[in-house]
Amino acid sequence: MAIDNDTLVRLYRTMLTIRRFEQRASKEYKKGSVPGLVHSYIGQEAVAVGVCANLRKDDRIVSNHRGHGHLIAKGADVRRMMAEIYGKKTGYCKGKGGSMHIADFGIGILGANGIVAAGLPIATGAALAAHLEGKNRITVVFFGDGACQEGEFQESLNLASIWKLPIIFACENNMYGVNTAATYAIAGGDIPRRAAAYDMPVKSVDGNDIEAVYETAKEVVTEVRAGKGPYFVEFKTYRWHAHFEADTIPDLRPVEEIEAWKKKCPIVRLEQRLLKAGILTGQGIKKIDTQVMAMIEEAVTYAVESPLPAPEDALADIYSA
Amino acid sequence: MRKIAYAQAALEALQEEFRRDDRIVHMSTDIPIELREEFGEERVRVTPISESVMVGAAIGLAGSGYRAIADIRMATFGFVAMDQMVNQAAKITYMFGGQAKFPILIRMSIGAGMSMAAQHSISPYSMYMNIPGLKIILPATAYDIKGLLKSAIRDNNPVISFEHSTLAPLIGEVPEEEYTVPFGRADIKKEGTDVTVVALSRMVHEALAVAEEVAKQGISVEVIDPRTLVPLDRETIGNSVSKTGRLVVVDEACQTCSAASEIISLIVEDDNIFRRLKAPPKRVCGLDVPIPYSPPMERYVIPSRERISAAVRQVCHS
Repeated sequence: MAIDNDTLVRLYRTMLTIRRFEQRASKEYKKGSVPGLVHSYIGQEAVAVGVCANLRKDDRIVSNHRGHGHLIAKGADVRRMMAEIYGKKTGYCKGKGGSMHIADFGIGILGANGIVAAGLPIATGAALAAHLEGKNRITVVFFGDGACQEGEFQESLNLASIWKLPIIFACENNMYGVNTAATYAIAGGDIPRRAAAYDMPVKSVDGNDIEAVYETAKEVVTEVRAGKGPYFVEFKTYRWHAHFEADTIPDLRPVEEIEAWKKKCPIVRLEQRLLKAGILTGQGIKKIDTQVMAMIEEAVTYAVESPLPAPEDALADIYSA
Repeated sequence: MRKIAYAQAALEALQEEFRRDDRIVHMSTDIPIELREEFGEERVRVTPISESVMVGAAIGLAGSGYRAIADIRMATFGFVAMDQMVNQAAKITYMFGGQAKFPILIRMSIGAGMSMAAQHSISPYSMYMNIPGLKIILPATAYDIKGLLKSAIRDNNPVISFEHSTLAPLIGEVPEEEYTVPFGRADIKKEGTDVTVVALSRMVHEALAVAEEVAKQGISVEVIDPRTLVPLDRETIGNSVSKTGRLVVVDEACQTCSAASEIISLIVEDDNIFRRLKAPPKRVCGLDVPIPYSPPMERYVIPSRERISAAVRQVCHS
């Protein structure tokens, strides 16, 4: 069944929002406007957008260190995200978390996570909560190929399977853990086969094809929401930037490989499809981009103009009342 | 007052709280039979031996509106789940700017004395005291464990309960009526005037025995059980030391960077209390070795009544 035109345009707009957000975050990082670390999602936009477009507001996601895309796709406010990256008091975490720890519990974002695979157990617990609540909510946990070699990956898949929890394990296989190739790190080389051993259905899909991601996610979300237990989906994709924006770790991946993947840009791919099908004109595309750029500009202005936290704010929020 | 065992008091705390709040979920690798019979398999869940996902799932449940209890049995097994306890449970309230609550109770048994050797014997609470974001309770009696566990379950933060393995059969007075024990309030287990002995977990009972023995030699010991290490009731300890002028801290854990070290630091850093000290404070701790298996060696490395008594007499006569 074809995806309707409005949805395609919405998917396009959200992917472009992530792209523009990440380009700006990267630029500001390199200028020295923001501290810390920024892990760019550029190149992988179709995964977050295609999956989250199938979720309800009250569904939950758990994200990872490369999380900006997941958060925007789930509906996070780019102004508060940017403010957090700038370390400002108005950020999602009042400047206490930064790029790697943005959360918005009001819209089911249970947090990005700086420890590889650590989100899987937490998401498993969120899925248990959904199971106990009985409101057909589901949980999606995003993680990379690197997470699949962690013990928490095995423990979580096993527990979710024996308890038949409503969770989607969304593995973004971007082929590298920093500079270590998945072809080297993964025994047998096949992640879905490993997941299948935990007795759950698996799929593998082109993560740079938004339509394929959306259609696959739609089917998988329907199954999981129906209470059929966990599902594992591998999205094959690629990050355009190095592991993070700092130059302390050089990018050792082959230049030809990076360039070849850039030619498979998920946004250009959808753009061409929209133009060819006459769903959007060149002008329409430009208009969306102008609107997105304005939104990102506004987010940066908001972040820049927001106050920094007071040093002693560091002493608040250690415990909840 | 009726008398029941420490383990029974702990079970009662869970049963009462489960009846009071249907959003409490329990996870453990063993089947807690009484809980399961009363509250069913959905809320009382048995996990595979997967400590990381058990603690992580507790965090996910808590962040989704439930109250989670994870019983990972021994503190030595807890190390398998350190990422979830230290990087996740302890930090996420803070890292997310306080936007969500994480009501989690993690229970672990501690201590030596049962010839279980180093991988089944440890008292690592001071390691966790070094991790802001966790609350730490150390119940030593049947009364305290019931009241503290009830408070822990109602608390909106990750709480770790360290329960000494040898205390489970210990009988103590526990009222029929409902009660809780608040965090951050030490209990003066025995009043005295010559020396303050702050004792932790099982050492509370050893300190009480020593207090009785040295009373015959005319030494009046005040025995204080902090009951919770985070938050720590500095005031009660400080007031007692101001009164007696002498302090001995008895802690079964290894001495280096121990809770005992922290308690003594807090006391000597206080100008007013420091001026009232009549003798240098002393620690009576476990020796800095892994817990050995064979009984004579095991007895040697953990604080004995003789060592406690010697320390008490020394601070009184210096």
